[in-house]
Amino acid sequence: MPDGASIAPARAASGPPSRFEGRLRALWAYRGFVVGMVSRDFRARYLGSVLGATWAVVNPLAQILVYTLVFSQVMRARLPNSEDPLAYSLYLCAGMLTWGYFVEVLLRCQAVFLDQANMLKKVSFPRVALPVYAFLSASVNFSIIWGLFLGFLLVTGRWPGWPLVAIVPLLLVQQVFALGLGLILGVTNVFFRDVAQAIGVALQFWFWLTPIVYPLSAVPERARELIAWNPLYPLIASYQRVVVEHAWPLWNQLWLVGALAIAVVVLAEVVFRHLSGAMVDEL
Amino acid sequence: MSGTVAVVDLGKCYRRYGAAWHRLCEWISGGHISWHEAFWALRDVTFSVTSGEAVGVIGLNGAGKSTLLKILTGTTQPSEGRVHITGRVAALLELGLGFHPDFTGRQNAMMAGQLMGLTVSKIGTLMPEIEEFAEIGPYIDQPIRTYSTGMAVRLAFAVATADRPDILIVDEALSVGDAYFQHKCIRRIKSFQAAGTTILFVSHDPTAVKTLCGRALLLEAGRLVQDGPPDLVLDYYNALIAKREASREILQAEAEEGRVTTRSGTFEARVADVDLQDGEGHRARAFCVGDRAHVRARVSFATSVVAPTIGILIRDRVGNDVFGTNTFHVAPIEETFAPDDEIALDFDLQLNLGVGTYTLTIAVHTDASHLANNYDWWDKVIGFQVVPGPEPAFIGSTWLPVRLHVERLGKMVGSGPREVGG
Repeated sequence: MPDGASIAPARAASGPPSRFEGRLRALWAYRGFVVGMVSRDFRARYLGSVLGATWAVVNPLAQILVYTLVFSQVMRARLPNSEDPLAYSLYLCAGMLTWGYFVEVLLRCQAVFLDQANMLKKVSFPRVALPVYAFLSASVNFSIIWGLFLGFLLVTGRWPGWPLVAIVPLLLVQQVFALGLGLILGVTNVFFRDVAQAIGVALQFWFWLTPIVYPLSAVPERARELIAWNPLYPLIASYQRVVVEHAWPLWNQLWLVGALAIAVVVLAEVVFRHLSGAMVDEL
Repeated sequence: MSGTVAVVDLGKCYRRYGAAWHRLCEWISGGHISWHEAFWALRDVTFSVTSGEAVGVIGLNGAGKSTLLKILTGTTQPSEGRVHITGRVAALLELGLGFHPDFTGRQNAMMAGQLMGLTVSKIGTLMPEIEEFAEIGPYIDQPIRTYSTGMAVRLAFAVATADRPDILIVDEALSVGDAYFQHKCIRRIKSFQAAGTTILFVSHDPTAVKTLCGRALLLEAGRLVQDGPPDLVLDYYNALIAKREASREILQAEAEEGRVTTRSGTFEARVADVDLQDGEGHRARAFCVGDRAHVRARVSFATSVVAPTIGILIRDRVGNDVFGTNTFHVAPIEETFAPDDEIALDFDLQLNLGVGTYTLTIAVHTDASHLANNYDWWDKVIGFQVVPGPEPAFIGSTWLPVRLHVERLGKMVGSGPREVGG
């Protein structure tokens, strides 16, 4: 047998290499597949309908409209220290759109292995391609909405200027966190289907424990102590600072969530390495 | 690169949990608590396939064929043993997997090719060939949902085999489509083989295995039981099927009609329960010639009984005694039993019987025969069948393992002595 020196399951051409670096290389080899899946997702989502990509915008727009009407018009909520009638809507958008991005990545990664069970069972390909595809697909959707939002800021003369650059590293930290968490949940969800149920409940609480709809100043002192433990809070607050106050984020508050994001990704890598092999047997 | 497969002591164990939280307990305990039922879908499988060989894998449903293929294609990992594969593997496991109905044939072909790990440019160069083989004409640019089943399958096969792999794994893929298409597929597989591709072909269809393969593997209950020329292996496989089928029929008749038997005796000791089982301890009513069989019985006592004898008797279709023995002759029971005592027995036999229908009679008495103290005589309690096994054909009611030695005497012409084993 030629080059038959290897022990344990070894495959020359296909199959998952066990090391992280090997996985990255395999992923790179399957980049065409990942891109294909993302573009297919996009087209399947928008091409079949008459209004196409419009629907990607209508949904969050409707949500923002409802919250604006209810909170700023019906309940007469005003952002403190702001005379701008649009301020609350901008505040809402800054938090809601980025939160939506976080949740979409989290939920799609959590569901991706079950959704693609048939493919996983029948074809050998780098499994890490699936969460990466889910991540990218969600990113495409977010880019559309965020692009429109920036256009809106420009048109209404509320362009934040240079602080907008800060959004990029902030989103990076947030999405690394989402990807890591989503991967852990996605893998464990294959073994315990309760995970998907639990995450739905948890996200409800998480949303309302993050100052997205309301300003932090509107909640009592004790609730603020609770919110201080929310890792997403400094991120969301930074987006709001950039968009509403045109100010740079408070960087020193962000170390913790950055460290957490890295920790979660490392944990995700460990979980994935240990369980991805056994995953197929449970699908 | 040439495609070779080497499999050593391969095993795959699936864990079955009674409830979802059993697994949780196992995980939390860090493996200290074991709360699952281990199920070996494959065990101790060793074989190797050299480059360019075509090997058929056969077996009944649940024999472990799919598990073996999944391990070879890399979708699942073995629990024990080693797999070493050289060359690029392509698998025709499920044609049209991942096809999206709203996309065109061309888009889907591109996607399927990428899933196989081909690059976009490579698929681009292969596309004319794919179109030609699929024979779907202008439909290639129509959504798949407008295709007939046959068209979709043709396209899927065309994509899957567009690039000649070093190892091709075919799993029942040819059972779809019409005869013309099947022939076309077989031709393509044969041309791959001629070009040096190693083929692993899984099928229930004996003819297809014989046509394509020079060697066959038979899996039974997760083990490799036969490895040899397709003709021999298929004969064995057919016997396996016949055995299982006959067994099922007899058991069904038993369940429907009950055992029509006569029973006599004093019943001071009686057979509480009797069953006929195969070598693995499963209830069976059909055996191949030479198979192991177990007669398992429980005997209970109504009064005090000293040194009982339990005997079995096998008779043929017309009632001739074929074989009978009892505990008195084999291993005497000398104890005294009190009322409500019970004993369990297991007669382990090798059924060297001729092909035919037989009955089993069981009796409890004392001494060497039932003439003394006939406690229980349960006549023809079980009917069973013996079907041909892998042995050479023979006639009569007994199988005598035979070895044949033929030697040509006189003038030496070419070959020397030949020996044939049975």
